[in-house]
Amino acid sequence: MTVSSPRRVLSGAGAILMAPVALVARLLDPPLSALQRVGGTNGMAAFFLLPNMAVFGIFVLFPLVINIIYSMTGGTALFLTDRTFVGAAQYQRLFDCRSYVDPKSCTDDLFWTAVWNTAGFVVVQVVFMVVVALVTALVLNRDLKARSFWRAVFFFPVLLSPVVVGLVWRWILQRQGLLNFGLYELGLTPVNWLVERNWAFAAAVGVSIWAHVGFYALILLAGLQAIPKDLYEAAEMDGTRPARVFWRITLPLLAPNLLVVLVLVLIRAVQIFDEVYVLTGGGPGTATLYLTQYIYEVGFASFLRNPGLASAASILMGAVLIVLTLFQLGIARRNEMRGKR
Amino acid sequence: MSRVTEFIFRRRGGRGWHWTDAFTWFWLIGGFVMMFGPAIWLVNSSFKSPAALAEFPPTILPYVTAAATVEGHEKPLPLYEVTQPDGSTKVLAEVRRVGTVAQMVDPAVPGETVRVNIQDRKPVREVAFAVTNYVQPFLSFDFFRYLRNSVFVTVMATIITLLTNSMAAFALSKYNFRGRSFVMLIIIATLMVPLSVILVPLYSAITAMGLSNSLWGVILPTVATPTGVFMLRQYMLTIPDELIDAARMDKASEWQIYWRIILPLTAPALAVLAIFSVVWRWNDFLWPLIVLTRRELFTLQIALNTYAGETNIQWHFLLAMTVVTMIPVVLVFVFLQRFITTGIAGAGLK
Repeated sequence: MTVSSPRRVLSGAGAILMAPVALVARLLDPPLSALQRVGGTNGMAAFFLLPNMAVFGIFVLFPLVINIIYSMTGGTALFLTDRTFVGAAQYQRLFDCRSYVDPKSCTDDLFWTAVWNTAGFVVVQVVFMVVVALVTALVLNRDLKARSFWRAVFFFPVLLSPVVVGLVWRWILQRQGLLNFGLYELGLTPVNWLVERNWAFAAAVGVSIWAHVGFYALILLAGLQAIPKDLYEAAEMDGTRPARVFWRITLPLLAPNLLVVLVLVLIRAVQIFDEVYVLTGGGPGTATLYLTQYIYEVGFASFLRNPGLASAASILMGAVLIVLTLFQLGIARRNEMRGKR
Repeated sequence: MSRVTEFIFRRRGGRGWHWTDAFTWFWLIGGFVMMFGPAIWLVNSSFKSPAALAEFPPTILPYVTAAATVEGHEKPLPLYEVTQPDGSTKVLAEVRRVGTVAQMVDPAVPGETVRVNIQDRKPVREVAFAVTNYVQPFLSFDFFRYLRNSVFVTVMATIITLLTNSMAAFALSKYNFRGRSFVMLIIIATLMVPLSVILVPLYSAITAMGLSNSLWGVILPTVATPTGVFMLRQYMLTIPDELIDAARMDKASEWQIYWRIILPLTAPALAVLAIFSVVWRWNDFLWPLIVLTRRELFTLQIALNTYAGETNIQWHFLLAMTVVTMIPVVLVFVFLQRFITTGIAGAGLK
């Protein structure tokens, strides 16, 4: 072995890259050993936890607590010390409506527009997402030759960034885009997809499903593959029709996974922002303005910045999300217990 | 003929053809077209010149009007195929056009110009890949800087994520201390707090620390991922405690145990977390959008969004840069996709 193999070259390169890191680790040893002599073996647990918990504390827990105080202050100043206490005024403003169903009758009409848009989006998107993910998972669970290849096909868009997703579809849905070319070839009238309200909504729903369905299909596929094969064999021996097998075996046994996926999709749909923002910018008008975009714009982007109002809106959204997440954790725990039995 | 159809419609196990078989193939092939088609169309379009992009109906291949340098004219002249009165065709170059009549010249005989009705001619087109779409943004715009910012954020955030998460996971899996379950509870609780709920106070915290308009302001809030801590902890629980006890007998310090024993043994899980982290941080949008307002600090995602928001979108540059932004993720997809899919199927994380 005089010629070094590629693998050895690679591991050699890895060793060179890791050398400075290893050096830092070695230099850290004496002070940390001293720390261990002071704090004891178990005391080192605190040291190992510290960096992660510090980041959690500063960037998650602290803002979470502060957010409640923020929502009770007014003005445009950023720092809490410069802001005036206004009590529940921000919430009152959000809820000041003659009729909640009609955003135009509200002081903050944009908030209620965003609320109702989000509600509509959630209902439609969740239903289609779960159905498409389920069908995809069922198809992938069949006796396919190259299952991992097909699984990867549906997973591809999940990895793309929301900005790329938004731009790819903007390019296809624009007035002179590929989709209109398809319609033109079929002799149909082209549609201005992102300019007409209902089509823009459909585009937002469709694109968000396109981007994420592979992820949920994957979870459902894992659930399908966990169903014992002998159940299907027994059903086949009894000559059970496929439709009946689906309703009586597949669906009931998949129900826990379906429920998990349903709640995950719900949680994500309530927070929809990135890809729709790049795709439509919330337009036409306010047709695809959703809650997160409202919070972002009121908090940061608009001329009439109002951080307190954005905080209040984000707390209301957070409350909905916490209920949904607790629900999800409850299901997960129940599934786990069922698995143990 | 019947043999062929029999071959095509034959199924494994010798059972009959069922409508679900046809549906399966419809779904798989339709899915293939739907999932890859848009990205392929993007890559395809990114090689077209602005004129070709404006064309409707669009062509598959990137065409440009052919041009030739003719003696006596400084710039290359566009070439047209002109139908002569006798029915034959000839390639001429356009000197200028007035209304429906064009003055044209035969490149072989540069001296004399001919007047041609524009209805009698067709542009000569040739396939040409507009590579300038890719080169120009790096030369005249700041795309190299955006790329560098994106790489910096992704690499730094991933290194810190691996370090802090693995340390926390080590503490939570290999030590018995009071409040361990409380710490776990806090980590679970943070799963419930998406970024969009704490935007305003988080931004003020970052600003108070002097990190607004800084790449570190983008990196730091993202590094303590609860999913990462969970995944690594689950993996470390499978490492036998005897190894640690033996190392302690040999007078190894706790830091050495973490560094020399635990980390190397956790390598597979660390690799999966690294892949996730790279994809997450490369794709991040909302938080960098808020923190970074100065152009020279933009990451690729923010730069793309900004260029896409201009009134006169330069689609030829935008499409090419979208492709560049897609490259790392496509590489992950091609080479590392199975780690991600098994990671999700196993732990249900994202």
